[in-house]
Amino acid sequence: MILDEAGWTALRLSLLVGVTATLVALPLAIWIAWLLARREFWGKSALNALVHLPLVLPPVVTGYLLLLTFGRNGTVGRFLEDTLGLVFAFRWTGAALAAGVMGFPLMVRAIRLAIEAVDPKIEDAARTLGAPGWAVFGSITLPLILPGVLAGAVMGFAKAIGEFGATITFVANIPGETQTLPSAIYALLQVPGGEDAAIRLVIWACIIALGAVALSEWLARRVARRIAGA
Amino acid sequence: MSLSVSIRHRFGDFDLDVAFDAGPGVTALFGRSGAGKTTIVNAVAGLLQPDHAQITLDGTRFDTLPVHKRRVGYVFQDARLFPHMTVADNLDYASRYGARASDRPRIIEMLGIGALLDRHPATLSGGEKQRVALGRALLSNPRLLLMDEPLAALDGPRKAEILPYLDRLKAETGVPILYVSHAVDEVARLADHMVLLAGGRVARAGPLFDVMADPAAVPLLGVREAGAVLRGRVVEHDEDGLSTLQLAAGTIQLLGVQAPVGAEVRLRVLAQDVLLSLTEPQGLSAQNILPVTIRSIRAGDGPGAAIALDAGGDALLARVTGRAVQSLGLVEGQQLFAVIKATSVAQSAISGGAT
Repeated sequence: MILDEAGWTALRLSLLVGVTATLVALPLAIWIAWLLARREFWGKSALNALVHLPLVLPPVVTGYLLLLTFGRNGTVGRFLEDTLGLVFAFRWTGAALAAGVMGFPLMVRAIRLAIEAVDPKIEDAARTLGAPGWAVFGSITLPLILPGVLAGAVMGFAKAIGEFGATITFVANIPGETQTLPSAIYALLQVPGGEDAAIRLVIWACIIALGAVALSEWLARRVARRIAGA
Repeated sequence: MSLSVSIRHRFGDFDLDVAFDAGPGVTALFGRSGAGKTTIVNAVAGLLQPDHAQITLDGTRFDTLPVHKRRVGYVFQDARLFPHMTVADNLDYASRYGARASDRPRIIEMLGIGALLDRHPATLSGGEKQRVALGRALLSNPRLLLMDEPLAALDGPRKAEILPYLDRLKAETGVPILYVSHAVDEVARLADHMVLLAGGRVARAGPLFDVMADPAAVPLLGVREAGAVLRGRVVEHDEDGLSTLQLAAGTIQLLGVQAPVGAEVRLRVLAQDVLLSLTEPQGLSAQNILPVTIRSIRAGDGPGAAIALDAGGDALLARVTGRAVQSLGLVEGQQLFAVIKATSVAQSAISGGAT
């Protein structure tokens, strides 16, 4: 259970990467899920396919595509560095980006299902009472889909914590900068006598994963009780 | 206030093309399923964008506004309360945008929902939900109330529970109401004007008393449901359960009248319950005999004929067989007697608020 300095660093970095990826991706995932569930527009199928791409592509391919686009020589990467000073390549921010991209389809799927379960007639009723569109979303849709949003967030977080292939391809395996739990475990298993430290990290990975699931269950039950009004 | 509606809309095989005006009070949109009733109210509310629409309220264009700016209170068949909010929160949601919080206590009292405020919609009965939905719609301070079969999802007793609240609402609020229904008894009780829809067209429109007494409306209402609505005043209640009502053409005795003496009531007399006699009948068990004049005779598609009668200025409708028309030699302008059996007018067909 007790981790050495390198282990703690990997654990802290994983949590930072996981939380950042989830929090940044969540609002975008809610918006995309709402578009896919409630709106008809040109290119909807293409958007749907694009969102699901990281789920079906080999993670290494996703990581390489991220490197091509968001790397220092990538068009988007260079643009973001010039305008916002935001660098992804071989930084923890890149690990968070890779984790967020990989978890994104899981979030969108869970939230989209929740939105589709909300009767649009309830939203119509709110509009006839004088609520503009954004207020209807905030006061009716969002509270009703909260369990789905929580489920999506936990799935995204778990994926972010466990993400390996795309991360190591995009930002490599630099201790203290991009070496998350899975990368650290992988690195330890490559050297003789590393099993012991690897097992400790494995236990921590299990604790985080189970803790996240338990927390989301607890929150979802509370929300469901409030919605059902019991 | 006056609402003027003109809508053309086509989807699939259905083709809607209607135009009508609705004055103050309750305007009933009546028709069978698929007649286009809900399409019309959804277009008025803005929930449906018809191919062509020109809707004006008090002379100002209405159909170009987004839904949340139209200020229509919409009471749906399924109450559509917000499941994650208490009754009080549901009501507050409406007053947040309607700014009519000052009326809150009065509306809560009128609908008898004060005891429900802390409850969640899931724990309410169908009738309670519908009363809360009514209150919520009123609290949005609407310029116009839309009701899409608000009683259709309720069973008989629940319906009877809501109807008096609708009577009060009509009497107390003064908000014009567009009321969709396929139940003739509700319409006869509540409406001031009636728009009869059939196959996406307006078949008949006008004051309720005129449309209900129109022989041409018989096939649209259904031969068993057709019948004139009369205005009467309660003169006295007898100990044997019979009540005397004053109509334009004379007095009649009916059973089970609830309204107090002096009250104005509406009376729906089914066309099939009206008998005709050439001479004033003697020795008949039915006591309600009114002198009438034939206004018009309309042969039906089947063996029946609908006969419009003038009863001292009131319109009455009788349905007899075509053979009876022949053998009695009935013609327009003829004077004869209409017989109404006291027990044939159901209690539910007598209601207050005859204006």
